[in-house]
Amino acid sequence: MTSLDAMSTGAMSTGATSIDAKSAGAMSTGATSTGAARLSAEGVTIGYDRRVISRELSVEIPAGSFTVIVGPNACGKSTLLRALSKLIAPSAGRVVLDGRSIASYKAKEVARVLGLLPQTSLAPDGITVADLVARGRHPHQRFLQQWSPADEQAVVAAMEATGVTALSGQQVDELSGGQRQRVWVAMVLAQQTPLMLLDEPTTFLDIAHQIELMELFTDLNEQGTTVVAVLHDLNQAARYGTHLIAMKDGAVVAQGAPAEIVTAELVEEVFGLRCVVVPDPVTGTPSVAPIGRDRGERSRRRTAGAGAGAGAGAGAGALAPVTVPDAADSPARAR
Amino acid sequence: MSAAVDFGTRTVVLRRGPFSVRFRIRTLVMCAALAVVTLAVAVLALCLGDLPLTVPEVVSAFAGQQSGIVETVVLEWRLPRVLASVVFGAALGVSGAIFQSLTRNPLASPDIIGLSAGSYAGGLVVIILAGAAGGSLPVAGGAIVGGLVAAALVYLLAYRRGVQGFRLIVVGIGISAMLEALSIYLVLRAKLEVAMAAAIWGAGSLNSVGWSQFVPAFAVIAVTFVALGALSRPMRQLELGDDAARSLGSRVEPARLGLVVCAVALTALVTAAAGPIAFVALAAPQIAQRLTRTAGIALVPSAFLGALVLAVSDILAQHALPAPLPVGLVTVVIGGAYLTWLLIHEARRRP
Repeated sequence: MTSLDAMSTGAMSTGATSIDAKSAGAMSTGATSTGAARLSAEGVTIGYDRRVISRELSVEIPAGSFTVIVGPNACGKSTLLRALSKLIAPSAGRVVLDGRSIASYKAKEVARVLGLLPQTSLAPDGITVADLVARGRHPHQRFLQQWSPADEQAVVAAMEATGVTALSGQQVDELSGGQRQRVWVAMVLAQQTPLMLLDEPTTFLDIAHQIELMELFTDLNEQGTTVVAVLHDLNQAARYGTHLIAMKDGAVVAQGAPAEIVTAELVEEVFGLRCVVVPDPVTGTPSVAPIGRDRGERSRRRTAGAGAGAGAGAGAGALAPVTVPDAADSPARAR
Repeated sequence: MSAAVDFGTRTVVLRRGPFSVRFRIRTLVMCAALAVVTLAVAVLALCLGDLPLTVPEVVSAFAGQQSGIVETVVLEWRLPRVLASVVFGAALGVSGAIFQSLTRNPLASPDIIGLSAGSYAGGLVVIILAGAAGGSLPVAGGAIVGGLVAAALVYLLAYRRGVQGFRLIVVGIGISAMLEALSIYLVLRAKLEVAMAAAIWGAGSLNSVGWSQFVPAFAVIAVTFVALGALSRPMRQLELGDDAARSLGSRVEPARLGLVVCAVALTALVTAAAGPIAFVALAAPQIAQRLTRTAGIALVPSAFLGALVLAVSDILAQHALPAPLPVGLVTVVIGGAYLTWLLIHEARRRP
């Protein structure tokens, strides 16, 4: 299995095929602390009530990385994220944050180092954008230190970065889904933590908003934040992640740089989906194209577009190594 | 100094050295206005009665410049009752606010989810089995124990991986009905005089409240309010959902337990001293939120509004009809109308 080699290559390997400065930026910020993962799980057994989701699971989040956790529904991705952020306590093993068991930290201490965007959050009735973002400052505040200049600057900066400054005084209930999600992200940003954990941050958003958020997370990562995200979209995971963790049935199947571990075999093993892996036309990172069922002639025509003689393309793709269909030979790739 | 961030409402920030506080102007103004109105109502309540007094007479009674009888009427008879209506109203408002905030449901107030019924049954057991008088210390103990037992029962039966608002309400209504049945049974089995005494206490009345009932209840309520000062910020964070609250550094379970204990204690204390006074806890937080337009339910405005509602209700109870009524009946009438409106409003909001 190719993935095993990838695991041993260690923390900061970046997709060799990246064409922009993104991964280089992540490298430079991560370089100082590479190797010493700030956050890791050591042989943790986690679950709810008596139902065990993961047994003796070990993962390391490379410092300075944009780590993406992928896997099918109910594979334990979110559970792992909850354990990493101290939302649930492992029944065995431990989660280590900066060299100490996370269980030994006070709640507010954790919250000053590690921010989490949960899958479901509730906005109180009638709360305004700025008020909600300001709630992210809670770990830095006390009873009579409710609004320091630092709080104010953090909230202003967080709203600026997520582009919600103009919405500042509006009620959160009245925003669109994309705007609302950006407000929640702003709240986590205002927390100003060096580690940021995101549980399906782009679910329910349209593709433009998804990309907008992923670019924002990448910017943060370049500025030095270690980002960990649970994502459903493999292509986005491979494109934006610098480190990928693939999970199945509560266990890690593969981890490493996307370019090294995202293969047709891995996707089939993890998701049970037959696919072709081709380079993303823009970034060159691995991109997954599902094969689906073979419907004979009709299916081929549909996939190949206006019958441009790519008859062999889709059908043979399953067997032949990466065949890029004509249709994908687009202007984007020419860059 | 006004805030550099637009919070959608006028906000002031006060900073001195390492300390900083942030206020919404609207909340501040509303609370001040409620305080002034409540004070006016309280003074009015001191004037009204079989011996009608003017405001200057009441004021001079405080200064000790009135004859013995006026001073006795104002300071010994009317003042404890008026203070009780204000303090108990505030306690009920806060109790309701806590439950409504924790469950995110305007129907979750102690009188709906069985706490008042528990306190009533607890007090009744003491009255009937031990023959104690309503409003006395043993009855207070019984009411507090009853309230706590009811709360624990509702909590345990509604618990399924944490307590969810709607479940809590449905279970609470069930428990409430059972406890009321128990209370009726107890009254039916009791001797006539005992049943009469129980019925008067059970209607919720401030009639029997003098200094000796008010002072101990006030002391415990004051301590509870101080404790809530420390819990109000975690309560704010809990509104964001457990995961968000926890990841923002709140200790969710201890905070929630502390809040529930405070809310139960407040309701039970009031019930112990004055019998079950319904609907103040339900209505006050909601009206306060509509007036102040705070995000979520706020404790301080709910306290002010609860105080005002109960003070006004007690004046109506004493003087609106030829014969005085228990204040509990007045709050039921006001609250019943409000609850009907709330249910219709909620039903329309959620098609």
